[in-house]
Amino acid sequence: MIELRNLSFTHDGAAEPVLRDVDLSIDEGELVLVAGRTGSGKSTLLGTINGLTPHFTGGTLSGEVLVAGRSIRDRAPRDLADLVGYVGQDPLAGFVTEVVEDELAYGMEQLGLDPGTMRRRVEETLDLLGIADLRSRALRTLSGGQQQRVAIGAVLAMHPRVLVLDEPTSALDPIAAEDVLGTLARLVDDLGITVIVAEHRMERVIPFADRLVLIEDGRVRDGEPQHVLVDAPVAPPLIHLGRLLDWDPLPLSVREARRRARDLAQFAPPVAAVPDLGDVVLNVAGVTVRYGSTVAVREVDLQVRSGEVLALMGRNGSGKSSLLWAVQGAGRRAAGTVQVDGVDPATGRAATARALVGLVPQTASDLLYLETVAAECATADQQAKATAGACRTWLDRLAPGLPDDRHPRDLSEGQRLALVLAIVLTSRPRVIALDEPTRGLDYAGKHQLAQIVRTLTADGHAVVLATHDVEFVAQIADRVAVLAEGEVVSAGAAADVLAESPAFAPQVTKVLGAPWLTVDQVAAAISTGRAS
Amino acid sequence: MTPRDLHPGAWWIWALGLATSASATTNPFILVLIVLAAVAVVIARRTEAPWALSFRLYVYLALLIITVRVAFRIVFGGIDDGVVLFSLPQIPLPDLAAGIQLLGPVTRTDVLGGLYDGMRLAAIVLCIGAANTLANPRRLLASLPPALYELGTAIVVALSVFPQLAESVVRVRRARTLRGDPGRGIGALRRIVVPVMEDALDRSMALAAGMDARGYGRAGTATRGERRTTGLLMLGGLVGLCIGVYALLDQTAPRWLVLPFLIGGVVIAAVGLVSAGRRVQRTRYRPDPWRAAEFATMACGVAIAAVLLTTSVGVAYPWPDDLPQLSIPLLLAVAVAAAPAFVTPPPVLDAGSAS
Repeated sequence: MIELRNLSFTHDGAAEPVLRDVDLSIDEGELVLVAGRTGSGKSTLLGTINGLTPHFTGGTLSGEVLVAGRSIRDRAPRDLADLVGYVGQDPLAGFVTEVVEDELAYGMEQLGLDPGTMRRRVEETLDLLGIADLRSRALRTLSGGQQQRVAIGAVLAMHPRVLVLDEPTSALDPIAAEDVLGTLARLVDDLGITVIVAEHRMERVIPFADRLVLIEDGRVRDGEPQHVLVDAPVAPPLIHLGRLLDWDPLPLSVREARRRARDLAQFAPPVAAVPDLGDVVLNVAGVTVRYGSTVAVREVDLQVRSGEVLALMGRNGSGKSSLLWAVQGAGRRAAGTVQVDGVDPATGRAATARALVGLVPQTASDLLYLETVAAECATADQQAKATAGACRTWLDRLAPGLPDDRHPRDLSEGQRLALVLAIVLTSRPRVIALDEPTRGLDYAGKHQLAQIVRTLTADGHAVVLATHDVEFVAQIADRVAVLAEGEVVSAGAAADVLAESPAFAPQVTKVLGAPWLTVDQVAAAISTGRAS
Repeated sequence: MTPRDLHPGAWWIWALGLATSASATTNPFILVLIVLAAVAVVIARRTEAPWALSFRLYVYLALLIITVRVAFRIVFGGIDDGVVLFSLPQIPLPDLAAGIQLLGPVTRTDVLGGLYDGMRLAAIVLCIGAANTLANPRRLLASLPPALYELGTAIVVALSVFPQLAESVVRVRRARTLRGDPGRGIGALRRIVVPVMEDALDRSMALAAGMDARGYGRAGTATRGERRTTGLLMLGGLVGLCIGVYALLDQTAPRWLVLPFLIGGVVIAAVGLVSAGRRVQRTRYRPDPWRAAEFATMACGVAIAAVLLTTSVGVAYPWPDDLPQLSIPLLLAVAVAAAPAFVTPPPVLDAGSAS
């Protein structure tokens, strides 16, 4: 179906090519996962399939791209629209119309299909994706998972033979992500469509994937997931577990792994480490946040101690962000009290609030507006009335070796997060609040972020983070609170809360049962088992 | 009649007919009747969509216009003779402002003149408001001739950008409190503008990539010759229209220039649009049909405009001191203008429907 022959791509002005001598052939009806580190060229590779690379991105492409037997090198994306459907990272940004039904018809209007066919296909697509009840809804009012399904439907209605998706579930909560991926798997089964997905959270896609394409240093490897994952630099916890226990072939689904895991019971289960916790730093009592008549957060009580990491989980729109903003003092609060070391951040000036609670918002780059890293740091020092170089010192601890003259927009997602965190930390807050910090981070980036969080807790900070990322929470959190419709529906030690919820259980827990959370725990158990 | 949404173009032609007739008179009775006709149709045929709930705003705007108009006449006066209603202490002005009078005696002629004038403008505003209430503005854009499709898409995209921009401004402003004193002047502005513009740019790039990947702007099959013909037709039509409009407005220009150039310009431009539209391969999903009800609605609007434009000056523009007159043809015309309230099919009422 798709053949890339000797393909290389170099960005304008770059010395090194992003992709080098790529040879890849994808058969009809396969679901292919494209994986690799952040910035390894996943999006670039996806773009070559429908001409966005290089027609839209610029740069130099050499080699040959064949889709359905025809060379598409000289064809623009618009001329391939009936052959290759492309769904970008942010569905909302790609919507052209206002209403679901019109959005589904938009592509067909461009193709010039006759009205009868359009009408029929819109109805079929609505049913195929299970969004018939949304047909006359405004696109902006849909949830993230619904938007993603409409975006997929909008390209499917054109009856393409290939579907290309760039990070389709990265912004979704686990349940919505499963909905979207289940839909994709069904499309492959029912329609025989070829699907190519790039995704950071590989654990979500691997069970559905027929093949894995791995990008490393511009080179591409591909094959059956079991084989490629043996030594892939990016891999989900399940694969790490398999590697640790020398399982061959590697388990791709939790069910496979569970069957193999029966002999593991001999290890002593991990003792929940009782962290060395200090006094209660953050005390939240009865906090309610209202926007007009909608209650975003309802009478939430939380306590976070010094050196502790509390993870807030829950669906999109369950009130996690609103709660963080209310705790910081910059957001609204309709009722309740927030106390950081006995002081309410919302009562004093904004500078006082910043010294109590430092918040890194979901779109962290909103805080950046200068041209260089050095300028951002210097301004942060002035704004926090800290000694010169304070911000830079934090930055060097969090992400060593960032060049002073780099433009913040040219940083990687993880580096930019570190810069914003350094700016926030310059005000020396006791409590650090992070809103969806793992967005756009690969496994290595998350590992680095976990290190950063541990550095902060070792200094006696209290950390609150809102996230969908189950595996990250399993790695880092001491306690978890699950929000639903603004209320805390379960709270407690991470191992207990994660294990009892089917949606939020990490892969290792699903395989080995509670109280196992991470591969590191298993590794530690094995080494103590051998030692004794 | 089976409920369906009337073609938005029909509502606009009808409303523009009413607005034209309102602009051709200061007779308060006729204006009130025209407004009543518009309101009756709005009440009978509006939907529950967001834009349909905006009519109240137009009513407030109309009342404001009338109030301001009358207040201005009271403050600045103008006509000294006639029945004095009440006197306000006059504020003496320097010689420089000779001819302008502040306060002083207020005559009935003044107040009624201001009232009639304000009512005329208010009626026009309400007629346009009625069109906006009855017709989905986006459907109207979607009904543009194929050659203007790209323009319509550009407007739709621009319309959806504004709420997004407002959202990112709010988000960035809120984020700013997380990082130190906002400062004042240019610096503070920059702190908001830079992230918002970066955000807007990223979004536009994503949208452009998405539209491109979904076939927007697929090449037509026009040859060079066809393109040249289309271009010449459009250009010729525009030049003809310009000459016609100039001749119409400049009283010293020869009269025989007006009609041939206006009509010729319109015809040539229309042929150009058709020729440009023919090579567009695009189709439209669920286009609004143009049937008898649309023709009837259009005719109602055209009829009242025609009657008002041919009404005698004495009836159309009564002197404020005289009692305004009405005539049977005028009453009939207003009745016809209100007819769309029942000759059109009722709209599809579907809460939450936006199409």
